[in-house]
Amino acid sequence: MPTEDGMPAADEMIEVDLRNPAVAAVWAWVWPGAGHIYQRRYAKGILFMVCILSTWFFGLGLGHGHVVYASWTKNDHRWQYFCQLGVGTPALPAIVESQRAKKDKEPLFGGWMAPPKQVFNYESPDDELSQWHLKYHSFFELGTLYTMIAGLLNVLAIYDAYGGPMVITSDEKSDKPPPDDQDDS
Amino acid sequence: MIELLASVADTNRLWYALPLIVSVSLVYGATRHELMGPILNNAFRAAVWIGGFMAIIFAILMAISWAV
Repeated sequence: MPTEDGMPAADEMIEVDLRNPAVAAVWAWVWPGAGHIYQRRYAKGILFMVCILSTWFFGLGLGHGHVVYASWTKNDHRWQYFCQLGVGTPALPAIVESQRAKKDKEPLFGGWMAPPKQVFNYESPDDELSQWHLKYHSFFELGTLYTMIAGLLNVLAIYDAYGGPMVITSDEKSDKPPPDDQDDS
Repeated sequence: MIELLASVADTNRLWYALPLIVSVSLVYGATRHELMGPILNNAFRAAVWIGGFMAIIFAILMAISWAV
């Protein structure tokens, strides 16, 4: 960010070695912060890892592991999972559980990240999704929100690993046109 | 009195917004800067902005709920 005298701040003058940006972006998706650590930007890597993963696991805990699941059935379009998938590997067990559920196999991780067995979209004791809502109340929604935001935050981190920090230039910040434009008029 | 206590109990859930604000602000700040000083500075301003925005929305909703 530019200082008051128009000079760029110290961190804007730093040249960031992004190494291979595509590889860094893939690492950043696989594990939050890993892309930055690959680029030897250790402080930011650890910051992203701590912030994103703590948000993710806190949300997962709030919903007792049921808020992250992959399902696209007639009665249950779990679109939230697309946001949650942004966090990378921590969200992938949901796909494994989804595939197992399609084959009528028992869940692997004690039911964590497994899709609900039956969803009717009306109140029924056999509707597992409505039972989760009943049991966990607002924590189900809160957990979903936390995990979605964690996934979306990691998309920002992936972009940062690929393209470096989004620095605001003085021209973007100022409403005035640049001096060259004024001379032309 | 019971209604007031119930409404205060409901607002306790707002504490769950605090970790989110901290996390979002830090990640947002980290995507704008490279060094830890400017990141924390940006994160603090972002957190104040988000908190202020939430407080305004909260006050508006509270006023509506009292009025209706």
